[in-house]
Amino acid sequence: MTRYCSFPRLLVADVIRVTADPIDPDDLRRELFDPAAGGYCAFEGWVRNENEGHTVLKLEYEAYEPVAVTEGEKILAEAAKKYPHLQAHCVHRTGLLEVGECAVWVGVASAHRDEAFRACRYIIDELKHRLPIWKKEHYADGHSGWVNCERCAEHSS
Amino acid sequence: MKTITVRYFALFREQAGVDEETLTLEASTAADIFEFTKPRHGSAEPSGHCKVAINDVMADWSTPVEDGDTVLLFPPVAGG
Repeated sequence: MTRYCSFPRLLVADVIRVTADPIDPDDLRRELFDPAAGGYCAFEGWVRNENEGHTVLKLEYEAYEPVAVTEGEKILAEAAKKYPHLQAHCVHRTGLLEVGECAVWVGVASAHRDEAFRACRYIIDELKHRLPIWKKEHYADGHSGWVNCERCAEHSS
Repeated sequence: MKTITVRYFALFREQAGVDEETLTLEASTAADIFEFTKPRHGSAEPSGHCKVAINDVMADWSTPVEDGDTVLLFPPVAGG
């Protein structure tokens, strides 16, 4: 989705990125500054130290970037159509992440708060279900497991 | 017969022990590729939670495959 924001008159685009570098929410937030924006909403997904009773030490993210980016751009375009806003950005990490690190960031700037909240929620919900991104949990007991793949693994032997 | 490159990701790659391989087989749809490679990726769940892309474009299990295609087999995703 590409459009002109009202000021300054620069071409801006909704952007999704996949990166192995740490996410800095402050830097990302600044990219969305816009004099026409009256509201900004962001979501940060953090690495949690527990999942389904297991103590998690690290999360390992794998992404297939070419499809993650094209599918992510579709989600951003859908969000722009459903909840018109000024600009939305999304960044997803790959690689080995420690507890507390930011794994995914979504930010939306809009004229009013409602579109920012709704677009942000739509983008994070859709990307979790649609982008070719996988995470492997590394547990305190030395084991590891791919999240959401238990049923696949049950069939393998 | 068609020559198809199959790429495996995450759990499927670990199960298969390879990133990708080129197969020559009789296949008409993406589902046929999933079924043919079941001994590799080890999953019995073709359409439920797994996804497929052909030549870097998201596809359905019923999407036809052509000679020379690259079929990407995605186990259940877990972004965020």
